[in-house]
Amino acid sequence: MSGIIEQERYTCAIGALQSVVAIPKAVPILHSGPGCGNMIQGFFERSTGYAGGNTSPCTNFSEKEVVFGGMERLREIVSNTYKVLDTDLQVILTGCTAGIVGDDVESLADEFRELGKPIVSVETAGFKCSNFESHSLVVNAILDQYVSKFEDENPVRSEKNTVNLFASLPYQDPFWKGNLREYKRLLEGIGLKVHILFGPQSEGVEEWKRIPRANFNILVSPWYGLPIAEHLENIYEQPFTRFPNVPIGANETERFLRQVINFAKGQGTQIDEEAAEEFIKKEREAYYEEIDNLATFLLEFRYGLPNHVHILHDAGYVVGLSKFLLHEVGIVPKEQFITDNTPEKFKEQIVTELRSTSEKREIPLTFEPDAGKVQDAIRALSHQGRGLIIGSGWDKELAREKDYDFLSAAVPTPYRLVLTTNYVGFSGGLRVIEDIYDRVLSTYR
Amino acid sequence: MGNIDLQIPEVSIREIRLGSITGFQGGAEELVKSSRCGLRDKSRSFSQCLGCSTSQAACMVILVQDAAVISHGPVGCSSCFHEFAFTYRVNSPLRGIENPTQRKVFSTNLQETDTVYGGGQKLAKGIREVYERTHPNAVFVLTTCAAGIIGDDVESVCNEAEEELGVPVVAIFCEGFRSKVWTTGFDASYHGIARKLIKPAREKRDDIVNVINFWGSDIFKDWFEAFGVKPRYITPYSTVEDLSRASEAAATIQICPTLGSYLGAALEQEFGVPEIKTAPPYGVAQTDRWFRELGKILHKEEEAERLIAAKKEEYLPKIEELRQKLKGKSAYVTAGAAHGHALLSLLGELGMKAKGAAIFHHDPLYDSGSEEGDLLAQRVKDYGDVPNFNICNKQEFELVNMLNRLQPDVLLARHGGMTLWGAKLGIPSLLIGDEHYSMGYEGIVRYGERIVETLENSEFVKNLKNHAINPYTKWWLQQEPYTFLEGGNVQ
Repeated sequence: MSGIIEQERYTCAIGALQSVVAIPKAVPILHSGPGCGNMIQGFFERSTGYAGGNTSPCTNFSEKEVVFGGMERLREIVSNTYKVLDTDLQVILTGCTAGIVGDDVESLADEFRELGKPIVSVETAGFKCSNFESHSLVVNAILDQYVSKFEDENPVRSEKNTVNLFASLPYQDPFWKGNLREYKRLLEGIGLKVHILFGPQSEGVEEWKRIPRANFNILVSPWYGLPIAEHLENIYEQPFTRFPNVPIGANETERFLRQVINFAKGQGTQIDEEAAEEFIKKEREAYYEEIDNLATFLLEFRYGLPNHVHILHDAGYVVGLSKFLLHEVGIVPKEQFITDNTPEKFKEQIVTELRSTSEKREIPLTFEPDAGKVQDAIRALSHQGRGLIIGSGWDKELAREKDYDFLSAAVPTPYRLVLTTNYVGFSGGLRVIEDIYDRVLSTYR
Repeated sequence: MGNIDLQIPEVSIREIRLGSITGFQGGAEELVKSSRCGLRDKSRSFSQCLGCSTSQAACMVILVQDAAVISHGPVGCSSCFHEFAFTYRVNSPLRGIENPTQRKVFSTNLQETDTVYGGGQKLAKGIREVYERTHPNAVFVLTTCAAGIIGDDVESVCNEAEEELGVPVVAIFCEGFRSKVWTTGFDASYHGIARKLIKPAREKRDDIVNVINFWGSDIFKDWFEAFGVKPRYITPYSTVEDLSRASEAAATIQICPTLGSYLGAALEQEFGVPEIKTAPPYGVAQTDRWFRELGKILHKEEEAERLIAAKKEEYLPKIEELRQKLKGKSAYVTAGAAHGHALLSLLGELGMKAKGAAIFHHDPLYDSGSEEGDLLAQRVKDYGDVPNFNICNKQEFELVNMLNRLQPDVLLARHGGMTLWGAKLGIPSLLIGDEHYSMGYEGIVRYGERIVETLENSEFVKNLKNHAINPYTKWWLQQEPYTFLEGGNVQ
């Protein structure tokens, strides 16, 4: 996919600077043009964290650096970063300018590492790939250039019950903070110790150093992040189990936890299965108490509720939400649209996964990063009953045109504020329900 | 003036055209004086993310009602444009747009192979696709660092498409690396608009005055009524047709010379529309001057005097009340150039002490070449010098250090991201987005009331201060704020 696109729902490679911002006390250092940081901040909004946004050091390429290279400028900025900012990890990310000019950033990072500095460099020129892909480049660079320095104190696979989790992409998944917190809680509930690595639940660089100790890795993703799990398999021989979509609600969350339990048993992890099942049972019962209570409303509310949905999101959410909404809420997924620029080789698996949602119906699925085209396709569709659109802020206007209900659940969105809300897990499912019907009910005045 | 040349595709950047700078420390008066004899810019040995020209250019064209916009670059270079779509929709009632249409924003989505083989063909194909999909009355093409460095011939591609499609296809050269002064992006979009959209006047309209502005409230309609004229706002919320007729207006005013300098001058020099060169109306003295100048240009001097007298009678007592309330209070200002000067004038008018300012850049003179447009000079003349007047392009580390030192009673900002540190230090902070909010006599009252409210409402910032997260080192907060500015002393 490389034609023009309208209303992009992801950003360029340097957008993965947000993955650095998501690590407590880490700082991205941009070796890029002057506007890159601003663009990324504008895309995600409210995404400054500890030292992102206006705090991030940047070489701010000018004509001079384009002509003569920016290495001296970068050296100066990096050394002064240590004076001005109090950080545990520094990650240099290059932009298009540095990429085309060909600055050897790696050797500069080496210089500082030789002085004992915890610094990493990674090439993220915007034209190279999307932020979905560059997230893996950033994580793998940190593994190779930082985590690897501490292998002696952190013997490989030395903790049988510990896992590394790779799931929500920081900031690209608007619910990443809450989701990671919920994954951690759920996995602890079945008896695992979890390196969550990003966000406030993470212990920052100390946790990153312990990555090699984990017995295996868990990847929750339809495609992005896979290079991380594969890399860890190569360097630390940690196997991984992959769950293909965001587990929202009871069915998928149980399926996720059981998959992990079964995998863990095969890796020599000590799981108290009875306790794990008891944990799942309690979660499920609490969940269905709510659904039971709600069902009357869903079945009887006589003033109109949505009966079908179009989702514009990344593959993990499109599949996860479709399954959830059909089976646990009763909203039928009609045409669905994956806007994450999924690489060709993963598409078939995703189609198959979505097909598994129901034996009774086919859910039409389109992969299309050009969200303007997607909107045109939805404009041309017509279904009986009240409709719902789940997408980014751009889709609010589409929903209004079609007179559909609208839930903003993807970036970029200036229409919604998310702090620590989670959509993952049993509680995440309940939250999705609250969000949908809160918006529906607020249309009644 | 030889600075405006509509024959060439690219606008000359501010550093070259106006001698603009982004680094200075000293006093306002000193800066005004040295502006007349050539300023030398200073660089920094530590710097944080700036802004770039492309988003400034973008906001001036995305809000044109019936145009489509293509960013020629990787997707990242148009990442923040959704914010302008939000602005367009949200502020449309202020401008009487009943059914705001969805903004048409595209990216050529350049890939690694395009940086090797060039992106020209992709752009050519993209323009035609965008035309087919949206049928706009004009297409704007914004360049980016990647497109600029690989050397795509964007001008030729646009010209060929224009000929084929029969609508203007306007190349706007706004690569981020070309200028440290991101307002060069405004100039770039105006340059493209003046070259390709504005037509020689078919008729002269005595009843229309161009207002170069952002997306603020429609205050000029009321003001202009007294003069029997109507505002034509450019460029946000205008149509391609409105823009083509900008040459027909009786005069051009700018709400902010940092914004409109280039277009105001181009309209005068190339299309014969007189520009009101007097700096915009902030503070009583400057508002007097501005209305008088407007009256003069429109040959309505008496109307101007009547308006001034009536407004002063109504608002001066209220301004006096506010002065009493704000007596002894101090403020620090951070904003883009001219608007920052305007806020400093307001402080002067309200009797508050300006403890200092961090202004994003400085233009020694605007494109008109007129000294009357220098808001900072007016501020110094009307209300005295401003100490700790620094030119600092959103360098947060300097701002934090300075605020921590000066501890003003209130921080006044105009651009996003700057109030956070006031609040973290427990300093009540105010940002007004609507650029028209504090203009004129009534604006002084409106703004003064907001300052009073901000000072009173201090509980939130006091609480935040107690829990603020601070990434800056103790060492840094103890250094001089301009340690990393050329000539500074790093220990």
